[in-house]
Amino acid sequence: MQMPPAEKRIIDQRKSLISIFSKIVGSENVLADETSLRTYDSDGLTAYKQLPMLVVLPANTEEVSALMRVCSERKVKIVPRGAGTSLSGGALPLEDGVVIGTGRLNRILEIDYNNRCAVVQPGVPNLSVSQAVDTAGFFYAPDPSSQIICSVGGNVAENSGGVHCLKYGVTTNNILGVEFVTISGEVVRFGGKHFDSAGYDFLGVVTGSEGMLGLVTEVTVRLLPKPPIAKALLVGFPTNESAGHCVADIIDNGIIPAGLEMMDRAAVAAAEDYCNAGYPLDSEAVLICELDGTESEVDILIERVSDIARASKATSITISKDDEERDRFWLGRKSAFPATAKIAPDSYVMDGTIPRRKLAEVLGRIGELSSQYGLQVVNVFHAGDGNLHPLIMFDANIPGELERVEELGAKILTLCVEVGGVLTGEHGVGVEKRDLMPTMFTESDMQQQQRLKCAFDPDHLLNPGKVFPELHRCAELGQMHIHHGSEKWPDIPRF
Amino acid sequence: MVDIIKPQNKEDLKEAISWAASSQSILEVISGGSKRDLGRPIHSKATLDMTAFNGIIDYDPSELFFKAGAATPIVDIEKELESNNQMLAFEPINLSNLLNVKENKSTIVGSLSANLSGPRRIKAGAVRDHFLGFEGVSGRGEGFKAGGQVVKNVTGYDLCKLLCGSWGTLGVLHTVNIKVLPSPETTRTLVIYNLNEEEAIECFTLALNSPNEISGAAWLPDKLSTLSDIDYISSSGSTITAIRFEGIKQSVVSRMKDLQSRFETIGEVEELHSLNSRKFWREIRDIKFLVFQEKQMVWRLSVPPICGGKVYKQIIDGFDSSVFMDWGGALLWVRVNQYSDEEYIARKIHNIAAQAAGHATCIAADNSIRSSIDVFPPLNLIEHGLTDRIKKGFDPKGILNYGRMYMEL
Repeated sequence: MQMPPAEKRIIDQRKSLISIFSKIVGSENVLADETSLRTYDSDGLTAYKQLPMLVVLPANTEEVSALMRVCSERKVKIVPRGAGTSLSGGALPLEDGVVIGTGRLNRILEIDYNNRCAVVQPGVPNLSVSQAVDTAGFFYAPDPSSQIICSVGGNVAENSGGVHCLKYGVTTNNILGVEFVTISGEVVRFGGKHFDSAGYDFLGVVTGSEGMLGLVTEVTVRLLPKPPIAKALLVGFPTNESAGHCVADIIDNGIIPAGLEMMDRAAVAAAEDYCNAGYPLDSEAVLICELDGTESEVDILIERVSDIARASKATSITISKDDEERDRFWLGRKSAFPATAKIAPDSYVMDGTIPRRKLAEVLGRIGELSSQYGLQVVNVFHAGDGNLHPLIMFDANIPGELERVEELGAKILTLCVEVGGVLTGEHGVGVEKRDLMPTMFTESDMQQQQRLKCAFDPDHLLNPGKVFPELHRCAELGQMHIHHGSEKWPDIPRF
Repeated sequence: MVDIIKPQNKEDLKEAISWAASSQSILEVISGGSKRDLGRPIHSKATLDMTAFNGIIDYDPSELFFKAGAATPIVDIEKELESNNQMLAFEPINLSNLLNVKENKSTIVGSLSANLSGPRRIKAGAVRDHFLGFEGVSGRGEGFKAGGQVVKNVTGYDLCKLLCGSWGTLGVLHTVNIKVLPSPETTRTLVIYNLNEEEAIECFTLALNSPNEISGAAWLPDKLSTLSDIDYISSSGSTITAIRFEGIKQSVVSRMKDLQSRFETIGEVEELHSLNSRKFWREIRDIKFLVFQEKQMVWRLSVPPICGGKVYKQIIDGFDSSVFMDWGGALLWVRVNQYSDEEYIARKIHNIAAQAAGHATCIAADNSIRSSIDVFPPLNLIEHGLTDRIKKGFDPKGILNYGRMYMEL
């Protein structure tokens, strides 16, 4: 993975930066020795590692602002980092970059039930928000699989989703405001406890910008009342096609389940072996469909989904009797990744999204690619929104195997784009999919995105090397080439 | 005499914008033109008429998405969706009543550019939350696209959010991808009579904090409720606190019952069933209660929901005005019925909104007024810098709807 070349002029400042940063955050919160730095050398995408130049752990907005000001004045690169669970290398350090970690910004500042929101610092783990408001009957909807540890700030940077986002939306639909520190250290608020922005939607732009526009120091999240009950159906199908049909029919019938997940035969077998979730092993595909709401509603919907499943040739239908059984259905799905460890020592998870109608076709083609490369692919995905998570199984100890896995992964993602989908549904571009961006975007598309980046960070100091395969200088992007003398009006109909 | 340029395809559009950029000619970009009198007046050299980009290009109900020409009328889209029991869940506002225009000419791109969402905002999200992707041309005359046709997508920056609510100042869109949702089978509304604004907020909090999936929460003062076309509302002679339930019939009935029993101790309660319920929320959505007349102003304030009652009081006490609340108190529609100093009013309204930690936008006022006041909330230094640099990145020559949102931007 090629990253922007390390600059000697920055590395030469390392010593003086340590002393300046120590004055801002205290020397115990500036990590400079190799053992401490080692903890930060990669994120959830462990295939790539890089020791950062320094790690700094601020405890409040003022400290973040002061750090940003120093880095901006000295033109020092910054890599923001939440809990480090990114699966796309969004927090991969730079040799000449300072990692600003949000680990100490870990307080829930306010819970405001009257306005149905909470104000939290970015380092607060996602699940802690729901836990804090649980007894009052509320929850925070986005629930990425890593929700026990992943941070709300990281969720904002990656616009994270989760299994329930089909009904409740992803991060961008569930936050109301942020406090934001610009690269030059200015502190500004976008949004608040009200809905929507009156000017440009800076909140919407910052969400999902992968830490490249500034640092978020506070997040106002929406709280939703918890649905009184939830039930799940576990449905087995004889083919991927019939499962795909069932997904389309559920939605065609006007039902938006809270979650709608699909697993293929290999994933089902691995999960069942791992945790005995009670999955039907004779099925080619299994759907988990969760419905939540009031009791009367859930009962009716369970009935309707069962009818649809039968019409789609389901071979088995199990309805959860209680929360314990529902949790067991989910346990298999949620442990699908660790469960595959028995198949091969390593796995590489992909994250494309496709139009639902292409589900069976794409699975078929992934199967072909899998045999062509001789690498097993296990498929788990958020079927309701077409978000695929193919897992490529391999052994990293075999020389050259990781490169082949990456090549196969790239082919799968390119296939997603070909059928009208996108490169990444919820994991982000980071470094992992950076070089695939041209399969989806033209040079002109990417330049326009970079011009937005330039409005926030004109010197490309924030998380350089992520998202864009090529970084254009802002001065160059700002230029406009127009052909002079085109006063003669082209042939455009005018009245 | 302002020229009208009417591109027929993408290439025409690029050429038109390149011409405007090279000759530094400000373009007023319009589709249906229904929101032409919103924002600050534009001193344009030419009008860019986008109406040729009309029609649904791809619509697959089971994908919950459609792709359409940007200038496709909302009425056409809604008709097509209705025949498949689907809807634009953000309830696009039809301003024709407010602005005294006969026909609803609003288009999908107009709704996106203004990001004005209807009553269901509190449950289903804003226009912005349903905008999946687009193709368009920047002020540089360069084609660019963003997003896609699927809901789950984090590939690249979310330019859909940026373009939504940017009032055509950053790019001219010709094709858009929109998320749709199934229409609810049943809609019912619980009406509570005779509550004042603070009591209404208490009811909203109770309802919205319960798991009853409320999809509308509005309050009308007695002077405005008489203007409704629904008998239960207009003949009541009282304030109206209304709460909407949508979904499967049995579920709607049980959810409504749950709250009804609690509200009966507070005031007199009535139910609006399907037709009346739909009609009522259309009246709220389309601001039926505040028709704009010359020498008046209409404002829209977005504030934290709990502040709605307080802000209502401040406005009513502050000037001769008519006001109602939507979004459970988080949205106030205000008509200033008469005034002598428009700049004072504008400053005052912006201040009231800002003090409540929200914001205000002037939706209707005479042309000359809209050029002298802050139509949009004044920007602080940081916001101004960002807005200016973003505008220059997308439209360096300042030709697209220049001055529509802010003077000299």
